[in-house]
Amino acid sequence: MIESLWLLIPLSVVLAFVIGACFWWAAGAGQFDDLSGPGERILQDDDSVPDELITIKEETIPDLINIKLPK
Amino acid sequence: MQLEIAQNHNQPNSQTYNYKVVRQFAIMTIVWGIVGMLVGVIIAAELIWPDMTFGIQWLSFGRLRPLHTNAVIFAFGGCALMGTSYYVVQRTCQARLISDRLAAFHFWGWQLVIVLAAITLPLGYTQGKEYAELEWPIDVLITIVWVAYAIVFFGTIMRRKTAHIYVANWFYGAFIVTVALLHIVNNAAVPVSFWKSYSAYAGVQDAMIQWWYGHNAVGFFLTAGFLGMMYYFVPKQAERPVYSYRLSVVHFWALIFTYMWAGPHHLHYTALPDWAQSLGMLFSLILLAPSWGGMINGMMTLSGAWHKLRDDPILKFLIVSLSFYGMSTFEGPMLAIKTINGLAHYTDWIIGHVHSGALGWVAFITFGSMYYLIPRLFGLKQMYSVRLISLHFWVATIGVVLYIAALWISGVMQGLMWRAVNPDGTLTYSFVEGVKASYPYWTIRLIGGSLFFIGMLIMTYNVIRTVMMGHAYDAPIPATLPSHSDLKIGGLGSLQPAQGD
Repeated sequence: MIESLWLLIPLSVVLAFVIGACFWWAAGAGQFDDLSGPGERILQDDDSVPDELITIKEETIPDLINIKLPK
Repeated sequence: MQLEIAQNHNQPNSQTYNYKVVRQFAIMTIVWGIVGMLVGVIIAAELIWPDMTFGIQWLSFGRLRPLHTNAVIFAFGGCALMGTSYYVVQRTCQARLISDRLAAFHFWGWQLVIVLAAITLPLGYTQGKEYAELEWPIDVLITIVWVAYAIVFFGTIMRRKTAHIYVANWFYGAFIVTVALLHIVNNAAVPVSFWKSYSAYAGVQDAMIQWWYGHNAVGFFLTAGFLGMMYYFVPKQAERPVYSYRLSVVHFWALIFTYMWAGPHHLHYTALPDWAQSLGMLFSLILLAPSWGGMINGMMTLSGAWHKLRDDPILKFLIVSLSFYGMSTFEGPMLAIKTINGLAHYTDWIIGHVHSGALGWVAFITFGSMYYLIPRLFGLKQMYSVRLISLHFWVATIGVVLYIAALWISGVMQGLMWRAVNPDGTLTYSFVEGVKASYPYWTIRLIGGSLFFIGMLIMTYNVIRTVMMGHAYDAPIPATLPSHSDLKIGGLGSLQPAQGD
């Protein structure tokens, strides 16, 4: 029978070192140099579908596509 | 800015993102959501009418309950995580997935795992480990599929065109790595036949491994992964950057450094050594700090723009999911305190706690993210009907509140009835009296769960109409975003930090 803690504790220690190494790499690679810009940057990536590419197959409900949100 | 990107869309040869696999996972999220929640409603009804399935063994509570948990966690939640992670990693790294074939293998492999689970669990093939019921051949398949997932995800990060790795990817990455490790350690077993195996561990050792797995699955599958979703879709839908990017980075490292040892709180007052139980309790209490840090960070993203919450049902889903996240991550550490656990353990309170996290946090953040994502995958601006999203939100919210409130009451009642003793030391109530007293609350729970399921059906209708209205759309990869054009990109270690704009 394997004593579970002999497995889990070393595993956690190894994992802590692996996480530490990742952190070390991230710091060295400049991942933490700018801690405000990246938050803004995902908003600059416009992932909405451009108007000219929108084609609606179903003609019965065109009013719903640009429905105004209830105020 | 907008104009430049729009022009990029017209370039005929520009490379596109792999939206196909994201679409597939998104659709299957909806399909497995219906299946998993329907089975949940059935077993909730079975508690009230135990004979409702005419004694057919494949439909009995014991067989369907693991089917419900596997379907909602690994099929519904899993597909949501996999689909959104592929979307987020591509958009934030501005790179197509490294391999379309491997991504397709991942998708179909995962669906096969789910179908095999849906067949074997009702037939009674089980390892008997909660959330790790699937027998060894399926476990081997999961391992192979998971390796494919890791290769595609981390490979895409390696080929990113941006210097910075956005925080959501760190959460998704931690989820992928940790779940792989948990899966392999907990499912170590000796097969005796094709559909039967025995755990490599025994007795309390097995229990310790199981709950090390079990709680970390909550921590990394149901928390870290969905936090990745939160850190992308909340800012995108709110059109505001996350409240504090710095805090999100601290949140990530604090969470992954402290999560690993909360598991023993599932084994309070058992044969597990007392010190290990106390350690589990201590780490569970520590977890309150990073959890609430993240919750506040997500919520405060809306600071100064709270009015958006009034009008936008997608944002309602996302923000209310964070309040449920805050609630369950407060309730969890409290329940991990030994004295409180002595009252609550084995009662309905625990099931209520799980569902406040699973319905309120996991499912709500998934609904919000899918409502954001699906129109973009099908070439549309928004869902077929925004009003139906609103309807879904209110039906589901009332459902969750009924569900968890009913089980709080029945849970505390059960705990008090079980521990009540007469002056002569005998038990005041027999067990069956506690069962009898629980029926009204189980009925309210069934109503709450059914409302949540109806919400899922409303979503399904909305998604079907949206898909019918649109067409499969693969967005082109913008050549370079202006803010990244000045970056020097070399090997992994030589990336230069992005200049703030």
